Amino acid sequence: MATPASNRALPAIAVDPTNKPYFDAAREGRMLIGLCKDTGKHFWYPRGCSPFTLSNNVELVEAKGTGTVYTFTVMRTKEPYCVAYVELDEGVRVFTNIVDCDLDEVKIGQKVKVVFKPTTGDSPPATMFTPV
Amino acid sequence: MSINGKAYIVGAFEHPTRKADDKSVAQLHAEVAYGALQDAGLTKDDVDGFFCTGAAPGLGPLNMADYLGLTKLRHFDSTDVGGSSYVMHVGHAAEAISMGLCDIALVTLAGRPRAEAMATGTAPRSWGVNVPDDPFEIPYGRTVANAYAMCAMRHMYEFGTTSEQLAWIKVAASHHAQWNEHAMLRKVVTVEDVVNSPMVSDPLHRLDCCVISDGGGALILAKPEIAKLLKRPLVKVRGHGEATKNQNAGYTDLTYSGARWSGPRAFEEAGVTPKDIQYASIYDSFTITVLMQLEDLGFCEKGQGGKFVADGNLISGVGKLPFNTDGGGLCNNHPANRGGMTKVIEAVRQLRGEAHPKVQVPGCTLALAHGTGGLLGTRHGSATVILERE
Repeated sequence: MATPASNRALPAIAVDPTNKPYFDAAREGRMLIGLCKDTGKHFWYPRGCSPFTLSNNVELVEAKGTGTVYTFTVMRTKEPYCVAYVELDEGVRVFTNIVDCDLDEVKIGQKVKVVFKPTTGDSPPATMFTPV
Repeated sequence: MSINGKAYIVGAFEHPTRKADDKSVAQLHAEVAYGALQDAGLTKDDVDGFFCTGAAPGLGPLNMADYLGLTKLRHFDSTDVGGSSYVMHVGHAAEAISMGLCDIALVTLAGRPRAEAMATGTAPRSWGVNVPDDPFEIPYGRTVANAYAMCAMRHMYEFGTTSEQLAWIKVAASHHAQWNEHAMLRKVVTVEDVVNSPMVSDPLHRLDCCVISDGGGALILAKPEIAKLLKRPLVKVRGHGEATKNQNAGYTDLTYSGARWSGPRAFEEAGVTPKDIQYASIYDSFTITVLMQLEDLGFCEKGQGGKFVADGNLISGVGKLPFNTDGGGLCNNHPANRGGMTKVIEAVRQLRGEAHPKVQVPGCTLALAHGTGGLLGTRHGSATVILERE
């Protein structure tokens, strides 16, 4: 029995001065991830310091927007939705939703690509993933 | 320095209510504090150290200390890492007592999520304002249930753990809860009952989840000279360990918990090993929580938790590691959505020989209590204490 992804209403996102560039890019259909310029390592989630060195020598760089499902679950609420960690090709594991598919067919290791889903009002879109 | 032998748990009290329609949260704090002091044979004016969490009403410990009339305080601590905080408070209280910062410490927990009809596990919740991870998790419907379910899903994928094995944890808890007159769920359930209960968040069924209950509990710790003057059996704090685990900058690994670090710290301080433990209180927000913590604490190899918990191995009188003999959070009580307090209380009952006769571990002298607070799948605080009957 299939469980189609619902189009549940998404709450507004709390944009702050540090994460604003991430969400500005999301409005343009681009997904960014953190890069520590001290170590050359990517990090998630975006923040104003390097979680490797604590310096502020960081920038947001564009991700390819593709990856695989590291783990997932389907919340069996009235409007079912699939919560997942997606491992991006850059290596970081991102807390997200898998959408636009039969939720009963989601599998660990499945290849996925980024999609942007509108949230409430003028709030920026959420970064989600769908099977390739 | 070590806290081993520097403090004793001299009072413990679990509120009998599971639905507190007619009591405020502050009132519940007062009732559990009074209960624990009565148990110890002490009064509120003996208390010079006070421990609660940010979940207590007010600013840290200030409003509760005022409400309770605690006027002799010279040490307080409101460390909050969610449900495991109260296990951690035992360690912190022992540290404070060992340093002479206080002589008699009171730890309280109370709450009424059930009376307030809170959707504890299935509604997205933030821990506050300006939380930096919220914009990257809350819009995706992060809930307590799905943050644990994703760990279960990955554990099944990596190690072949099954729903039936997880179900054995609930079955064991229900075998214990049948003897607890205060337990919310006293009916003994089978593996089939668990796996046939409605799916909440794959692969966790309704019966893989803990109860939502009101109430609370309190503990009193005291320095050895005082503990030995009191009439209650002596329960000594032997060791404590704490740790946090988080997403590790995006390189998160959901196959283990912070117990991997808090456990060895507690065992080292106590000078014992998992094999020495006769009774274990293991945080049971969900069945998967128990399974992963048992592995991480060293009761079995990583990945072997499913086999370890199967076939009644956690049932008192049946298996090798009796756990949560009050029925735990899975069947008895998870007051204020925080199970660490009741974990310590049941360990104290076992060491005193005051557990229900049907679940009492004969000659129980060494017990462990362990908690996971926050979310297993994002960021959590782990706390382990090892207690000994002297």
